[in-house]
Amino acid sequence: MKLTQQLIYGLIACILLVSAPHAEHLPLWVSAVCSALLAWRAYLNHSGNPLPARWLLLGITLACVLAIAINFRTLFGREVGVTLLILLAALKLLELRAVRDVTVIVYLSCFIIITNFFYSQSIPTALFMLLTLLVIMATWVHMQTGTLALWPRLRIAGILLLQAIPLSLIIFVLFPRVQGPLWGLPQDAYASSGLSDTMAPGTMSKLSLSDAVAFRVTFNDKVPSRDQLYWRGPVLWDYDGTTWKRGRNATLQRPVLTDASLPVDYTVTLEPHNKPWLFALDMPSKLSIPADLAPDFQLLSRTPVNARTRYSATSLLSYRANLNEPPQQLQRALTLPRGYNPQAIRLAAEWRTRSDNDISLVRTALGYFSQNGFEYTLEPPLLGLNSVDDFLFSSRKGFCEHYAGSFVFLMRAAGIPARVVTGYQGGEFNELGGYFILRQSDAHAWAEVWLQDSGWVRIDPTSVISPARIQSGLNAALPDNAALPFLARSQSPFLLNLRFNLDALTNQWNQWVLGYNTERQFAFLTRLGMEDITWQKLAMNMLAGVALLVGIFTLVMLRRLTLRQNDAVQNAWLKVCRKLEKAGLPRAPHEGAMDYAARVAASRPELSASIHDLASHYTSLRYGGESEKDGVTAFRNAVSAFKL
Amino acid sequence: MFSRFKQKFRNWAFRRTVETGTVVLNQRRIYIIPSRQGFGFAFVLFLMLLGDINYNLSLGYVLTFLLTTTAGMTMLHAFRNMAQLEIHAGYVESVFAGEQAKFVFHFNNPGRMDRYQLHLHDDEGNHTVFDLAAQRSTPIEIAIPATRRGWMDSGRLTLYTHFPLGLFYAWTYIHFEVRCLVYPKPAAPQPLPIASAQDGAGKVIAAGDEDFSGLRNYVAGDAMPRIAWKALAREQGLQVKQFSALQGQELWLDWSQLPNIAQERKLELLTRWILDAHAQGLLYGLRLPDIEAAPQNSTAHRADCLRRLALFGTGAT
Repeated sequence: MKLTQQLIYGLIACILLVSAPHAEHLPLWVSAVCSALLAWRAYLNHSGNPLPARWLLLGITLACVLAIAINFRTLFGREVGVTLLILLAALKLLELRAVRDVTVIVYLSCFIIITNFFYSQSIPTALFMLLTLLVIMATWVHMQTGTLALWPRLRIAGILLLQAIPLSLIIFVLFPRVQGPLWGLPQDAYASSGLSDTMAPGTMSKLSLSDAVAFRVTFNDKVPSRDQLYWRGPVLWDYDGTTWKRGRNATLQRPVLTDASLPVDYTVTLEPHNKPWLFALDMPSKLSIPADLAPDFQLLSRTPVNARTRYSATSLLSYRANLNEPPQQLQRALTLPRGYNPQAIRLAAEWRTRSDNDISLVRTALGYFSQNGFEYTLEPPLLGLNSVDDFLFSSRKGFCEHYAGSFVFLMRAAGIPARVVTGYQGGEFNELGGYFILRQSDAHAWAEVWLQDSGWVRIDPTSVISPARIQSGLNAALPDNAALPFLARSQSPFLLNLRFNLDALTNQWNQWVLGYNTERQFAFLTRLGMEDITWQKLAMNMLAGVALLVGIFTLVMLRRLTLRQNDAVQNAWLKVCRKLEKAGLPRAPHEGAMDYAARVAASRPELSASIHDLASHYTSLRYGGESEKDGVTAFRNAVSAFKL
Repeated sequence: MFSRFKQKFRNWAFRRTVETGTVVLNQRRIYIIPSRQGFGFAFVLFLMLLGDINYNLSLGYVLTFLLTTTAGMTMLHAFRNMAQLEIHAGYVESVFAGEQAKFVFHFNNPGRMDRYQLHLHDDEGNHTVFDLAAQRSTPIEIAIPATRRGWMDSGRLTLYTHFPLGLFYAWTYIHFEVRCLVYPKPAAPQPLPIASAQDGAGKVIAAGDEDFSGLRNYVAGDAMPRIAWKALAREQGLQVKQFSALQGQELWLDWSQLPNIAQERKLELLTRWILDAHAQGLLYGLRLPDIEAAPQNSTAHRADCLRRLALFGTGAT
């Protein structure tokens, strides 16, 4: 093996392919340094100039490590590890001296592929992985074979990969799954996205710009109407003048639903968001996985959701929630920060004096929003210190968080217990897959007020300003020129169909490939007819399956080694030889057909004519260049007729 | 120390008789073990699997299993790269001690697969690498330095391959009944002994060296003093002077006439003279203590004389 120019280009391609997907989330300077290093290596390779001296490389390496330490403020953790690996791989290319270094780079690039899965495990990522593997394998084969041209190298690499695919499928299905993690994970092990447990002006509108899927829902039978599709997430109680927070519940009392009816069953596939909350329709009553139902009807998983999670739930759409809310909780729901928003407080006090009861006060408040020219927009103007006052009396432009927040503020100021609920609203129905897709752009905030006879009642002030948001989704509610995510726009039927197809595919992929865990494995194998699944049984089946497939591969692969040319003329002539051998006249290994015939004729004169005919016929067929079918058939007939 | 034990163990574990004829590499002859890189890669795969389990990376499982099965399948590919090859030993040219003995083996690849990166080496580290095209027979030469005169055995050779990814080491031993005749190393050029004719009394009659008869083209092995330097200066090419006194006369290269030097030196000197005498077209005979070859000048005679010198005192034929 030699470090040929070609091989080095192959290695550069490997590093480039494995690090390219990381460019999206690496700091810009790291991508720039990596590209520069690779370009430098390619130039050196092209020009044949010597590699840089060791001290220079050492200097660059130290500078890179230092820069990473400054940039991330640490040298530990996943992001830093990935960044270091990529930089070191690129640097390693510049000190390629021995065969061992090539091996190291190939192994390293295999390893870097896996780090990309922290960020994305989608279908395109999987396809890109296959392409990358093909290039790595081809380079690897090149390393072993040296002079082989590109095409046969790719062929060998392709065969290796194609054989590996069915084998790894068997292993993937049957490999006994261990539920991780094996050791404590660093803080940054999982990316978090989606709803947080705080809300300030701008929180929701920022989230609305994302196309990312939050979760998918399949309804078991009846699909509720759109204005019922409020997916409950974090409930926010505490307000400090700018930000709403979840705070701490003052009671451990279990929430109670009375007069509940209209049950709905559905299954949610939740994308990992690294927070404990699960989403369910108002109000959840049953759940298939272990989770806690907080006193404010918030579903909380016991560990952060850092893997795609599937659960079935039952919700009751008609209810009276917590009629007997403990007084300390009601007190929380009335607390306001001192000294903020005096105008709003005055307005609420005025409403209080004018209204006979709480219900009419709520109506007054909603009427206020609908009559004073409020506008629903993704780009609200900045608000000052008294943000509720600024919003209610001057800007009057806002997104759902502004409406929910100021409404709850007004209610509390008027003495009605109220709280903010965040979550998702609506969703997009995928007819192909028969499920709803909830994206981050469907994030929503609404309010709940506590009334004496009804308990907690959902009030969505946004629905007053922009009924379209609730009925048809975000794109219908906003003007056409708003900066909406691409997928939230309405599209041509063809594009819509394509998009639904892709999402249905993604859903299957998520369920069957990415979500393939211990439970899925058991369910799937039970459906295939396997009983009493233990890991020993899985391992046995896996080994048996692999052995069977390898056996088949072996048969196919070794067949071509011994395959001789199936030559009819040759076979027929050998038949003649065998006949003569039985008669005691074996052909010597060195003897040609004509010589043999002459010898046979000499010792058995009665055969002279026929053996001469056969030998000359054979010679002309085999060496004379004629190969017509008729000649061969005639020869074979003559052979069959040849009797001793 | 360890390597010696390893060698001994291998010799015991893989002992085979010396072979003749054609050897077909089948599964009983091919051994496979993971190479050092193979173990290294297994370690990398193990780390990947730990990561997959810990971070619950489904696609990571897919990648790990793909790489694992690829690595596993290369074992079969390594085997296939050697399987069903047919090998037989070829003719080995005689060489002089100090040269390289070139052992030739004919590798026939009967199948439709090309074979890549086969390495052939002996225990001393002499080494050759080659590919074999499909359905073709290829002669492969491995050069092993010949140090001593006499018969030289190729020894047990190892044929191995790391194809396709270097994760497995597949090998076989081939030890053919094939030997190379090593002639003694020719001594430094020296003038031939004066042509002698036996007149019964053992007296040596001097023959005139000065009877110049003409020029002929230089042949490798011609003595330096006989080169016609003037002819070379006249740009007539490298030519050698011929002397009538030597032509057609019998030259005896006689062991007993040699000065009292070590036996091997004597053989080397005789080898040199045989080469020179043959090149000059003399009729020369060789007289060794136990045997005598009548004067002649032919390639066969030269080979015969050299062979006697090579095997002198070894008891072999």
